[in-house]
Amino acid sequence: MWYYEKKLQYPVKVRDCNPMLAKFLIEQYGGADGELAAALRYLNQRYTIPDKVVGLLNDIGTEEFAHLEMIATMVYKLTKDATAEQMKEAGLGAHYADHDKALFYHNAAGAPFTATYIQAKGDPIADLYEDIAAEEKARATYQWIINLSDDPELNDSLKFLREREVVHSQRFREAVEILKDDRDQKRVF
Amino acid sequence: MYTQYKYWRPYYSPFDPCPPMKIKSYSTPPQLYMGFQPYGLAQYQTPKEALFSGTLWPQLFSPYPNPHKRGSEENE
Repeated sequence: MWYYEKKLQYPVKVRDCNPMLAKFLIEQYGGADGELAAALRYLNQRYTIPDKVVGLLNDIGTEEFAHLEMIATMVYKLTKDATAEQMKEAGLGAHYADHDKALFYHNAAGAPFTATYIQAKGDPIADLYEDIAAEEKARATYQWIINLSDDPELNDSLKFLREREVVHSQRFREAVEILKDDRDQKRVF
Repeated sequence: MYTQYKYWRPYYSPFDPCPPMKIKSYSTPPQLYMGFQPYGLAQYQTPKEALFSGTLWPQLFSPYPNPHKRGSEENE
């Protein structure tokens, strides 16, 4: 189970009402390399991975939900007081027609979230390499969104999230080293 | 030298419905350890061996299923 702290992991400040930036940011909400996909992927892998790395998946998977919440806050703030006209100009006319200002799990191009974004191979090495790749892809996505954004305060939060991807990638690489390690092995030769 | 298979003992509960598999294993094939393949790495003696193995180099060969697995291992 989880306990909930009613605050964000890192503060989210948004300077301008900018629905077009929300359209780009939604990639990290419901995209293939987004925070939802990351959280579900790691938490799902916990059951069948060797117990030495279960705790890591649990902690990182949980943190991804904290990131998801930050992204949701950004998207909400960027759009909450936009007019229908502004939404249309930002390329969110189709979104507005379907969802009004509600957030939805889809990527920047509007493709709905799908479980096919997540892999679960059952092989510990394959699964951890997938996790490392996912962290690097999420880091790259943050970079491209920062490039698209001219909001310095929003970018500050995005830089924090990008750095977390770096740290998570490092931890998954360490997990691979733990699973590669021969120590404590029962020799069966 | 490293091992190509690792073993671990998952937790099992007295209330688990199926008889527990007390030891489980996973594969850690040679490419995880080699880095850049060294120059002049020893090759199989005959082309036939290489063809059967799927590689020219014994050090890159990863046997599957685990040839060292004993019949009782899964239920020790």
